[in-house]
Amino acid sequence: MQFGIFSVSDITRDPVSGETPTEAARIDAIVRIAQKADEVGLDVFAIGEHHNPPFFSSSPTTLLAFISATTKKLIVSTATTLITTNDPVRIAEEYAMLQHLSKGRMDLMLGRGNTAPVYPWFGQDIRQSLPLALEHYNLLHRLWREDVVDWEGKYRTPLQGFTSVPRPLDDVPPFVWHGSIRTPEIAEQAAYYGDGFFANNIFWPKEHYVRLIRFYRQRYAYYGHGTEKQAIVGLGGQAYIARNSQDAIREFRPYFDDAPVYGHGPTMEDFMEMTPLSVGSPQEVIDKTLTFRENFGDYQRQLFLMDHAGLPLPTVLDQLELLGGEVVPVLRKETEARQDPETPAAPTHASLVKAKYGDQAPRQPRPNANRGDNVTGGSPYQDSSAETQADYPDL
Amino acid sequence: MNSTAPDPFKLVIVSAGTSDPSSTRLLADRISDRTCELAACHGQTVTSTVLELREIAADIASALVSQLTSPRLRAAIAALGEADGIIASTPVYKAGPSGLFTSFFDILDDDLIIARPVVLAATAGTARHGLVIDDQMRSMFAYLRALVIPTSLFAAPEDWGDPGLNKRIDRAAVEFVLLMESGFARKIRDASWESYQHEYGSAGGTETDIELDTDLMRLAAGGGAG
Repeated sequence: MQFGIFSVSDITRDPVSGETPTEAARIDAIVRIAQKADEVGLDVFAIGEHHNPPFFSSSPTTLLAFISATTKKLIVSTATTLITTNDPVRIAEEYAMLQHLSKGRMDLMLGRGNTAPVYPWFGQDIRQSLPLALEHYNLLHRLWREDVVDWEGKYRTPLQGFTSVPRPLDDVPPFVWHGSIRTPEIAEQAAYYGDGFFANNIFWPKEHYVRLIRFYRQRYAYYGHGTEKQAIVGLGGQAYIARNSQDAIREFRPYFDDAPVYGHGPTMEDFMEMTPLSVGSPQEVIDKTLTFRENFGDYQRQLFLMDHAGLPLPTVLDQLELLGGEVVPVLRKETEARQDPETPAAPTHASLVKAKYGDQAPRQPRPNANRGDNVTGGSPYQDSSAETQADYPDL
Repeated sequence: MNSTAPDPFKLVIVSAGTSDPSSTRLLADRISDRTCELAACHGQTVTSTVLELREIAADIASALVSQLTSPRLRAAIAALGEADGIIASTPVYKAGPSGLFTSFFDILDDDLIIARPVVLAATAGTARHGLVIDDQMRSMFAYLRALVIPTSLFAAPEDWGDPGLNKRIDRAAVEFVLLMESGFARKIRDASWESYQHEYGSAGGTETDIELDTDLMRLAAGGGAG
């Protein structure tokens, strides 16, 4: 079981100090937060993708490459990478590059994005969001697995003889999670490819997620990737931790009451009762988190939202001390004791290499020589099989 | 009564009145009483649940702005989802139904009350609001694809002393009971539910099984976009 944090990348006024951080300060802070996550022994740091204020994370792979270069064990990921408005070719290239630079300490989570104005900024139409996401991923999946891709679809210009570079590290594609809260087609696609499925789990009554995750598990088994229990599930959560619950509630309330999205609505107490939010002592956060598996089955990744709503950096770092120091070690132990022995671990680069090659050395593609026109001719790599001939368009 | 006695009609009364008792609730109660009497004449029992929106006003407001449905609100929605018939009654303010009333129906799943018989009722301080039900409320229930009975029940102050109101209530009760007796909503569910547009979660999980035989599902499983 992996534990980590995910950030929306919001730049929000601190309701206590009244100060709104600068973009520069918040970007420095998120790097520090990720480094701290590594220091306190968390497994995963994931960042969202946005293309409008008040968010800063427009370029996740740049941020994550820097973070991975300054951390030791942390897996960097996204929550989410927009599979709709990004060109799947660019996703293939950028995340393969991140995979090389991080030495495989990365994966990514795909999502559709629900900010309507973003779509036209990137030449897309939100009304086509779902088929766009599905088609883009079908292409992305091939780009990481086939040296040479000929492709024609509805939402992107066709590809002829295209090779996405660099090829994935060790020729093993990054692991992909599909994030969705209400779309059976996304669960179906995750199941079809044997990818992970992530429910952000923050807002809705959990019955919707329970049903969707059950569907994903059934379809994962149907497509022959393993049993329902072996499907790869991730969940979100949200916590504010202090030594005792009174302090936690007193300290977090102004941030809760003023928070984007749910602030000025339900009381914090109601929200805690109805959603995964835990505000309390380490033990209270542990107890609540341990109930998640009772609803969703044993799962592989738990991410907490810890840095939103204007919480200042020193507070977030203290939170991570408590999360990594006191909450997660107990969660690891208790989860291990309770979970079904059939439950697989979350896939990592090492486990995927092992699954593909066993004890053999991984493939390391070496390109053929440049013919003088900046392409390598019909067969891009020295070990490309004769069947994967690139057929370039006539110019 | 023998073993084939019909199940009681489940009646749900939604009132957006603000005082206790309110004329809005009184109007709903008179319709409900007449409905029970008439149903009894037809050998049919009725169980009724009253949803006083005033009591869950804060929950409704929270749900509107935060996508969060409180346990009390979930119970109210569950009652509506199981109703055989609905009496929906609201005061009229500023030439329209109370915002509390429309807010409650705004947060319902789109498919929750498809084909359910509904009596619409409204009270106002002046007869000049008399067309609010027909002009404004019917369209909302049309969107929800509920089956509003032909008679609208509107009561201005002068109507409370006018036997005409009772006659309209009698007429409405007949329409309402006959529609419930026909089992129309249940028959639609059995015979034609698939032909309505549903989305995942659009009737609280009872909308339909997840449909696998669609273009989008084929695209999800590696196929091409149609």
